Amino acid sequence: MAFPEPKPEKPELPKKLVQNLECKQGAVRAVRFNVDGNYCLTCGSDKSLKLWNPHKGTVLKTYSGHGYEVLDAAGSFDNSQLCSCGADKTVILWDVATGQVVRKFRGHAGKVNCVQFNEEATVILSGSIDSTVRCWDCRSRRPDPIQVLDEAKDGVSSLRISDHEILTGSVDGRVRCYDLRAGELYSDYIGSPVTSVCFSKDGQCTLAASLDSTLRLLDKGSGELLGEYTGHQNQACKLDCCLNDQDTHVGSCSEDGRVCFWDLVEGSLALSLPVARGTVQSLSFHPAASCLLTATGGCIQLWREEAFALDDQVFG
Amino acid sequence: MAAPAGRDSEEEEALVSYGTALRPLIEGEHIKKPVPLQEQTVRDEKGRYKRFHGAFTGGFSAGYFNTVGSKEGWAPSTFLSSRQKRADKTAFGPEDFMDEEDLSEFGIAPKEITTTDDFASKTKDRIKEKARQIAGVAEPIPGASVLDDLIAPARITIGVELLRKMGWKEGQGVGPRVKRKPNKQQPDPTVKIYGCALPPGASGSEGEEDDYQPENVTFAPRDVMPVQLTLKENVHGLGYKGLDPTLALFGVSGEHINLLDDDFEKSNNLLGDVRNRKGRKLGISGQAFGVGALEDDDDDIYATEKLSKYDTVLKDEEPGDGLYGWTAPNQYKNKKRLEAEVKYIGKILDGFSLASKSAAPSKTYPPPDLPRGYRPVHYFRPVITASSENSPLLKALVESTGKLESDTAQQSRHTLNASQRRDLLGETALKGPAPSVLEYLSEKDRERIREAKQASEQQLKTKPLPQQSIHSRFQSACQESAHQKWQMALGEPLATAGSSDFKPFAKNPEKQKRYENYVESLKKGQKVDTLVSCLDPSMTEWEQGREQEEFFRAAMFYKSSNSTLSSRFTRAKYEDDTEKVEVPRDQENDIDDKESAVKMKMFGKLTRDKFEWHPEKLLCKRFNVPDPYSDSSIVGLPKVKRDKYSIFNFLTLPETATTTVTQTTNEKMQQTTNPNKPKKPSRWDVSDKEKKKKDSISEFISLARSKVDVQQQQEPATEKDKSRTNEALPNKVVNESVDQKEEEESRPSMDLFKAVFASSSDEKSSSSEEESDEEEHQTAAAGPASESTKCADPPDNSSAVQDHAVVTPEPDLPMPSALKEKLDEREFGPRLPPVFSSDTVQQHEPVQLTSFSEVNQKEKRKKNKEKHKTKREHKHKKEKKKKHKKHRHKGKHKNKKSEKNSSSDTAESSDSLSDAEMNVDLSPHELLRRLKDLPITKR
Repeated sequence: MAFPEPKPEKPELPKKLVQNLECKQGAVRAVRFNVDGNYCLTCGSDKSLKLWNPHKGTVLKTYSGHGYEVLDAAGSFDNSQLCSCGADKTVILWDVATGQVVRKFRGHAGKVNCVQFNEEATVILSGSIDSTVRCWDCRSRRPDPIQVLDEAKDGVSSLRISDHEILTGSVDGRVRCYDLRAGELYSDYIGSPVTSVCFSKDGQCTLAASLDSTLRLLDKGSGELLGEYTGHQNQACKLDCCLNDQDTHVGSCSEDGRVCFWDLVEGSLALSLPVARGTVQSLSFHPAASCLLTATGGCIQLWREEAFALDDQVFG
Repeated sequence: MAAPAGRDSEEEEALVSYGTALRPLIEGEHIKKPVPLQEQTVRDEKGRYKRFHGAFTGGFSAGYFNTVGSKEGWAPSTFLSSRQKRADKTAFGPEDFMDEEDLSEFGIAPKEITTTDDFASKTKDRIKEKARQIAGVAEPIPGASVLDDLIAPARITIGVELLRKMGWKEGQGVGPRVKRKPNKQQPDPTVKIYGCALPPGASGSEGEEDDYQPENVTFAPRDVMPVQLTLKENVHGLGYKGLDPTLALFGVSGEHINLLDDDFEKSNNLLGDVRNRKGRKLGISGQAFGVGALEDDDDDIYATEKLSKYDTVLKDEEPGDGLYGWTAPNQYKNKKRLEAEVKYIGKILDGFSLASKSAAPSKTYPPPDLPRGYRPVHYFRPVITASSENSPLLKALVESTGKLESDTAQQSRHTLNASQRRDLLGETALKGPAPSVLEYLSEKDRERIREAKQASEQQLKTKPLPQQSIHSRFQSACQESAHQKWQMALGEPLATAGSSDFKPFAKNPEKQKRYENYVESLKKGQKVDTLVSCLDPSMTEWEQGREQEEFFRAAMFYKSSNSTLSSRFTRAKYEDDTEKVEVPRDQENDIDDKESAVKMKMFGKLTRDKFEWHPEKLLCKRFNVPDPYSDSSIVGLPKVKRDKYSIFNFLTLPETATTTVTQTTNEKMQQTTNPNKPKKPSRWDVSDKEKKKKDSISEFISLARSKVDVQQQQEPATEKDKSRTNEALPNKVVNESVDQKEEEESRPSMDLFKAVFASSSDEKSSSSEEESDEEEHQTAAAGPASESTKCADPPDNSSAVQDHAVVTPEPDLPMPSALKEKLDEREFGPRLPPVFSSDTVQQHEPVQLTSFSEVNQKEKRKKNKEKHKTKREHKHKKEKKKKHKKHRHKGKHKNKKSEKNSSSDTAESSDSLSDAEMNVDLSPHELLRRLKDLPITKR
């Protein structure tokens, strides 16, 4: 091949509503794709956690065991376990198949906002309103956390884990990145309470959404601002942000019922997707396809690109 | 039964429902049906079907579905055809085709270790054999069972085989041969026989046989029959045997046959002692019955009972009595053994020889000798308490024994205290603070006390008796006894009681004083009258008595607790480290600078803090990451100890960015003056000397910028690793302490701040005013959960204080308590936002996020502004409103009624939330009304 490869075309953003599922579990606090994007989890305010096949629109399992509304959930890399956290101050490790509670981690002093597995699902990290992140060991039967990251001055709203880093967003307006390999903590001041953080796929950038209705893309290494995305509305609620599957766009929920996508490089608003009349509380982007899940009220919606045909239901 | 899932809400409203609804059926789920009878199966522990092959007639299940124990039947279990991996040959044994049940204890091929027949004891068989022999004798064809013996395979145990080789034969006893006739039953010559002699049939025949006995013939000892000791289960007398119906009725005829039979002897042998009654009638016989016409011998009608038939002497039992080796006394046994050794003439096996030395006799230990005065019965001594009634008795006792004191001390074990018991046991005293105050006194004082004590004792002795008796007439008896009790119970540590550090009546100083006096006089050993003088004279006698008792108890309590408890404690060696507190060494520095940097969108060095952070080892392990600080035990951020109440702990003012500002000016100078100084000063220099200074932010920014330039120019190479500002600062502390004060004073006035940030901050504060109001309102909505926010961490709280202290050097510093109060009213973090209007039946509220630090900041701005009175009123209203909102939250579920007008009201009322704040003139009444109309959400 003598010719240089043509510049890859920008992927099409999900615009087409494919599914609208009524979850019947109160308000859906969060919706999360699993690791391969075939299934999703919805966290209900009626204390239940549901596992769906959003592409077929079927509910697969209901996990009940929380004492109060479920606020976040995540699936393990091998899809064998789930973890969820809720306003009952607990973090629960579930067995996917049986629906049984494997472990219940107690120790947070307040609502637990976010929860994540590490890469090998050996540790669960949970961030809470009590301004701590706690690292729970799934391997041993130890009831107390391995470590408590209490550097935050205010509630921890969001949490991400890469292979050796822990990224937390806190209401004290800082994004903290704990580098386990280097043994260092980088604390970037954003100013406004951070509602959601995420890594880019290449692991070089962090995206932080804050209550000043702005998304900021920061260089992970230096903390420099790479891009700023505005146009949505986020002033009061804990809304999610995301990057799409190929790191070309940046997306966020909005309190005015839209989901906005910006071009990552240019910073221009690429798509404003009207989802609902109320706030879009949560969203999750498919890890490999142009596919988006949004949660508003008691429903979740699945969005696909325009070219997507309904019979093309098979996913990798 | 399941209610349809998607029912309309109106329909639901119209219906009245009782009880809890069934869980709606999920698609694809089918209802469990009861298992029909024909499908109910029984399976074993492996899940295989079990069939009852004649289960009730003793059948068993064989294999897998009646096959060979595997699903495939006889098919080979594995078929592997591969060049590399050949199926390994497995030799199948019969066990491979057996079920587990067969291998268990009672199966065909039990796997457990059991004794084989070769080694199994023969006792069982012997009994069986005997039974068979008896049966054979009793059978119509006698000796038929012999055939069985012939046919049955001979199975001989090792022991029997050995014995046989040594010349033993079946039916003989084991041991050396004896000269006498084995079966002889010689009557003891010393025993006199009363009454009639034995019938000739009984003893005569034996005597005759004896005569034939040649001298040199020896006989094997008689076989020993195992003695079966049966439990006595009935209430009959010893040795009583009721009539055996079999013997009574059938035995008679049988005996007749047997009498004629030659086998009779043999059968008697087998039956043991039955032989003794040889010749006697079996069956119903006795004097009362007489002799029937059918009975031919009537010689023993009147001679049934003979004394010789009873055992009169234990010692001289014959070896042939069947009890040999069982119950014979020791003496007898020993003698026999010696004899046996001499006389042993059995065949000796090849390879064995007769032992020349006898085996060491097992050592016997004699029972212990009893002491001389030992009496096997215990008598209880009369215990006499020293009361007035039995004083003569007591006296007598004292006289008799001469030592009542010691007796009482020993007897009243329970009245001893720990130290007395300790003395009795001879233990050493616990090491601890000396239990007595006397120990603390100087020698001289002690001497004085002793003298005083002696004097008082003498006084006591010399006191004339009548005087005492007069007094004693007025005093209650308890007082006197109290004194005795004192002497007895307090003993040596008396002096401690009533010492100054124990004040049981501290509340009542007068009483306390009286108590002290009382104890003091008691200590001196004064008598009752002086004791009474210590008490309040204005009190009645009864009251005095009570008080005395009270004092006594208090002193007792103090004494015991003092001496015993105090010895258990030891003085702390180190003072509690209350003054110091652990504080993270590095703290995120001042937000204000960062905020301005954020505003300028100067992300990067200005907004980033870098810390050394130590992950837990286990966490590294779980993340598959090498521990970066493998040799340190710190976890998290490194901490330093600082004064607990130092303001610097709470000022997150720091060595980093602020110093950047202030130092840059000095920096250049210093860099020229001492260029040798290390670029990176130790962090520890800074920790105890926190500097507090503030500079104009504009200056800061310009300097920061220039500094970056400077750094880049001057040290492009060395600064690589310290790309972050806070680290890159050299010589932070060199002369900070000198010009700290100066800088404090040179801080630019507030006007300058305003000049710099007038537009932006004013704008923000004005715009954020409503915003914050609104937000405040929203946060208040979640009021009921506000308790959880009490976990607000102090550093944050204090950072707010610091903000005030630094930014606004105004006199009216907000008190932290006021702040806290504010904080307590809110809930932070995600929470429910106000209802958004929609027509959908369900309204779901998104999670809202707030922070208290943010609120604090806003609060702070607010405070900077003038406070109008109206505003305060406004706040009142807000607070009221909060309460209402709580109600709203509670009543959410109930008030379905108001949902009717909610469709029209929602939009308005949700707006009204913010309207209410804007509109200051709204009366509380109006607010209330509006609140009532608030939309009701269903969930």
